[in-house]
Parts: sequence; structure tokens; C-alpha cells
Amino acid sequence: MRYSGLRVIQQGLTGNRGWKPVWRSPEPKPEYDIIIIGGGGHGLSTAFYLAKNHGLKNIAVLEKGYLGGGNVGRNTTIVRANYFLQGNSEFYSHSLKLWEGLEDELNYNIMHSQRGLINLFHSDGQRDAFVRRGNAMINQGDDAILLDREGVRAHLPYLDYEQTRFPIYGGLYHPRGGTARHDAVAWGYARGADARGVDLIQQCEVTGIDVQNGKVTGVQTTRGAIRAKKVAMITAGRSGQVAAMAGLRLPVESHVLQAFVTEGLKPVIDHVVSFGMGHFYISQSDKGGLVFGGDLDFHASYAQRGNLPMAEHVMEAGMTLMPMIGRAKVLRSWGGIMDMTPDGSPIIDKTPIEGLFIDCGWNYGGFKAVPASGWAMAHLMATGQPHETAAKFRLNRFATGHLLDEEGTGSQHNLH
Amino acid sequence: MRLNCPLCGERDRREFYYMGHADYLNRPSEGAAPDAWDAYLHLRDNPAGLTRDLWFHEMGCSAWLVVERNTVTHEILSTTLATDVKEAGE
Repeated sequence: MRYSGLRVIQQGLTGNRGWKPVWRSPEPKPEYDIIIIGGGGHGLSTAFYLAKNHGLKNIAVLEKGYLGGGNVGRNTTIVRANYFLQGNSEFYSHSLKLWEGLEDELNYNIMHSQRGLINLFHSDGQRDAFVRRGNAMINQGDDAILLDREGVRAHLPYLDYEQTRFPIYGGLYHPRGGTARHDAVAWGYARGADARGVDLIQQCEVTGIDVQNGKVTGVQTTRGAIRAKKVAMITAGRSGQVAAMAGLRLPVESHVLQAFVTEGLKPVIDHVVSFGMGHFYISQSDKGGLVFGGDLDFHASYAQRGNLPMAEHVMEAGMTLMPMIGRAKVLRSWGGIMDMTPDGSPIIDKTPIEGLFIDCGWNYGGFKAVPASGWAMAHLMATGQPHETAAKFRLNRFATGHLLDEEGTGSQHNLH
Repeated sequence: MRLNCPLCGERDRREFYYMGHADYLNRPSEGAAPDAWDAYLHLRDNPAGLTRDLWFHEMGCSAWLVVERNTVTHEILSTTLATDVKEAGE
């Protein structure tokens, strides 16, 4: 069923009785050409682009819970392309271009809102670093505008410009940055993949990966064994456990990242604002809630909730930057489990096992990467070659020393 | 979360700096193969459940600790001075 404004009106006038479920719930077949482990944003977009860009059929996505129930539904929905390093820059640039056409591509309202992103800086040295980053973004073909203090004040009059701890010197403005509706991205890709014949199988947990003579032959699941010629592990947040089923050890440590949302308010914050010195960033959802977060809890964790010290730290940083939000009531907080790699960049690659592929290590930048990750992973699986925008996201780059340390913070999993 | 420092007693998590898995105690010998260094620096079992990691009592006695804890429940099972762990292993 194609969605349109006309159809919404027709359905509204006839009691909304004509809507159909947007994907099937098929039984798993005994064999597929391609199995994707993980029905999150990246897995669903990989399935979609395998079918759409490469004309492949006979694909299954296996999800242990429900579609989009993991990190794609537990993030702060920011979409941006403000990376500096070659290797990252072209990838996120490609992703943002895909985001800009995604609603037409999927015929689905993902509420992509390019409201602009402003990264604040608070010293001469930080300004110089942002000038350099902005130039890298412009060289990549994206947009970046350096704002001085008064330039920031014109956009964000509500910040505390008198604070002495981190006086605001200016900001790097990325007008094409913004937010999107996170669940809708997963649902839109799921609907598009299903329409192209992909079997989306929920409540189906993979319990083993079958390997014979160095070659993958299928998977064991809670709904029986399924054979496959190619298998992709796209399970960020649980990558280590899934890879261990194939005998692999990954350069990943899992950490929890908290986020918070307040009660719904009238529009007060028009942009995405990030305050790196205080570890705080914020935007306002279309429903009116202030959505904000900070840094990792900084110790390995699989608990999908955080500790109070970081919650307190984030609130303090928010109050330092914009005291006006102090009377908003926090409704809830949650934690997402991040695959942290030693350089803060992701992995899209083959594994040493023939036919077994991996897409993981998204640190806390996975949401904005959903379109380009699926695009690159589908390209890799269909052609055997890395996509040009993701050629540096290699699994063995830590062993060879080709790190992509965007923040320059060193080779430790929790420092990115 | 509170960690029981063997020297200072039970202290708030905020007093401690987390470094990573206790794998960091097993530094390869000089001249070890590159694969050993890759494993030491980067590769992790990353368990969902019991783990052992290294913490530094930064705002306390400056001792390095090996902490046994659960990554799913945040329960702390034991804390030992890293020097004691090292000496016991040698």
C-alpha cells in the first residue's frame, strides 16, 4: 500500500478500517542465500539495500526480540555529517545525503528535520580545532559555518553567556544536521525490505553459527536450524556474544550511555546544541520533550540503565549552559549499550570465516549511520568488495595500526 | 555503585577511574609477536555477566584494584589490590 496525504484523508473519512499490517510474519524457511542476524536499523537497512540495489532475493532478517527494539529505539535521534578524518568524513557525508532522500525512497514519514546543529567552543584552541573541522566538512562537500559569540547568540539567545567556567566563544553551525524519528526509520526500512521479498523473522534468537572448513554454512536458532550461504552479524550492543558463536574475539567493549527526556513543552529549543566541554547535548522532540544526554558511564556494562553520578553530571552541565530548562521535569531516562572500539570508529568488513560478515562497533554514532551502513554492508556482501565510502572500516585495522581516532583520545575502549 | 577499596573501605564510584578489563595486567613480554600486542590492547571477551576489570582509586589511596563484578546487574563481587593479584600470579 502506497502512503499519501490523500490516503490519510480517505482512511480518516472511512473509519481507518483499510490499513493493513506493513510487513508479513513468515515462518523461517530451511535455507536462505543471505541471513542477517539482527533486526535493528543497520540490519534492516542492509536487507533493504541488498534487495533494492543488488536485486537479491531469498534474504532473511532474524531478530531475537521485535524489530527496532534495540539501540535504534534507544538513542537521541541526531543526524549529522561533521566528521574530520578521511575514512569517516566521506561515509557520514554519504549517509546524510541518503537521509535527505529517505522519505521519498521509503515512502514513509521518518520526520527527518534538518533544524541545524551547533557545536559550541570555549577557548581559542578549541575554535582553531573547529575551524579545521569546518574546513574538512566543506572540503567533503557538506556545510559548516563558523559563528562567533554574537552569531551564536542570534541563534541561541537563551544560553548563559555570563558563565565563567566555560565562557562561550562561538560555535560551529552545521545547518543540514538535525534529527529524525528513530522508530520510524526502522519501520520504514522493514516495510521496504518486506515489500521486496525479505523475510523478517521476529522472536527468533540465533544460538549458534555453523562453520565447516572455515566457511559459514548456516545458523542455529530458537526456531530451528537455517542454512545460508552468507551470514551477516549486525548486532551492535551484543556483537561480542554473537561473534563468540563463530569463535571470534572482537576489538569491542560494551558501555552504557544514558539519555533523558523531559515532559512535553512548547517549542523552546529550535536546534541541536552540543556543549562538549560540559558533556551535554540537547534537542527538542516534535512532541515537545527535551531530549538530552552526555557521556558514557565509563565502565563496561550491559545494563540498559545508568548510574546516578552520570545523571547528576549531565543535569549539572545542562544547568550550566541553559539555566532556563531547570524547571522542566525529567520524565524518564534510559541507557543504550554501545559497542566501543579502541579508536571510536565502526567496523564493516568480512571476517576470517568465508561467507561471514560483520557490521559493529558503532560507539555512540550508530543512528545517523543507519542508511550508509546498510548501503555499504549490502555492497560488501553482494560484490565482495568494500564500498568506497566505508573502505577504512576494517576489522584488522587495530592490528595493522590504521586507526581512525576521530577525537585523538588514544587506544582505550572507553575514551571515545 | 560503590566499590570496597581494600585500603579505604566502601567508597562511591565517583572516586574511581575505570581503565578496562584485567587483560591489561597480562602485558606481553618484550619481543612478543604483534598478534599478542593486538590481543592485549584491543581484543576483549566482553562478557555479559561476570567480568574482572582494573580500577584506580584516583580520589583516594591511589591504589590500582582488580574488581570482580557483574556487567548486567552492576553487582560488585570482590575487590583486590592489583599488586596482590600480580604477585599471586608470579
